[in-house]
Amino acid sequence: MARAFLDLLERHGYDFFTGVPCSLFAGVARILDDEPRYGYVGAVREDAAIGLAAGAYLGGRQPVVLMQNSGLGVTANAIVSLNQIYDIPALIVVTWRGQDGADAPEHLVMGRVTEPLLRLLDMPFEIFDPASIDAQLASLTDTLRRTRRPVALVVPKGILER
Amino acid sequence: MTRADAVARVAAALPRGSLAVACNGMIGRELYACADAPTRFYMIGSMGLASSIGLGLALVQPSRAVAVFDGDGNVLMNLGTIASVAAAGAANFHHVVFDNAAHGSTGYQRTISDRAPLEGIARAAGYRRSARVATDAELDEVVRAWFDAPGPSMLLVAVDRSDVPGIGRVDLPPPEITARFRAACTS
Repeated sequence: MARAFLDLLERHGYDFFTGVPCSLFAGVARILDDEPRYGYVGAVREDAAIGLAAGAYLGGRQPVVLMQNSGLGVTANAIVSLNQIYDIPALIVVTWRGQDGADAPEHLVMGRVTEPLLRLLDMPFEIFDPASIDAQLASLTDTLRRTRRPVALVVPKGILER
Repeated sequence: MTRADAVARVAAALPRGSLAVACNGMIGRELYACADAPTRFYMIGSMGLASSIGLGLALVQPSRAVAVFDGDGNVLMNLGTIASVAAAGAANFHHVVFDNAAHGSTGYQRTISDRAPLEGIARAAGYRRSARVATDAELDEVVRAWFDAPGPSMLLVAVDRSDVPGIGRVDLPPPEITARFRAACTS
């Protein structure tokens, strides 16, 4: 699914990739690391990735930021005091460690608050469904272009590991 | 040298066609007051991210010089980005840090840049060039050709702790700053 997902992202116009890895999208991360044509910029922190993506948007690109949900907390100030006030969009692909309370202890609280946090941050989101991901990306991308605000795609376990 | 004077001297030395990103706080306000243009992006929130924004921009606009007008508090807040800049090796990225070893906008509380010299950190991380200047004569001498040589570079300008009395905020609506900047990049 990782290759097909990257192809879909490109088909929906995404042309700048940055982020911080998560094992839940290890398959995507491997391709981004191995294939220079994506120009993937590995960031040191998730808020720095948001900054990199903002710079790429200002320079004319349509960026994707990949991260673990633990990083969502790190990005909160960047999302509300950069993206949302400047009309700087990004597709945030965020994993869902701790979904349904089944994970290592450090992921349980963030797993529980991932959806409420996205709602609190006023970020439209979809939960990755392999059967309808093309339509989900079409809808998220339409929202992103129309509102010029960040949107999120939440990635559960078992879809993009390989 | 006052920070406003240093900002104006650096702005005057920017090459034609260059892009600039200014950090939040007084530095952005001073750049806006002296040299506003559509090719200037003034960050008013998201402290610590001016260098990341500048790096993303430099990577997608490789034919234009990108100058980041940064402060010591901002650089320290996201020091890891120094390593990202060095690793990316973008030749068009130029980091100009106005360093008063203090958080100016919140009342000049001390930072730690007087004990952790940022131009040394940048050089050790792998910036191609770095220099520290402390007087207006030194700044003029160094900045004249600074943006012509390849980066990543860091020019650290030691400045006084003083503000321009009554200086205004950046009064452009943020979405307009984005729209005109992006148009200047893509037209």
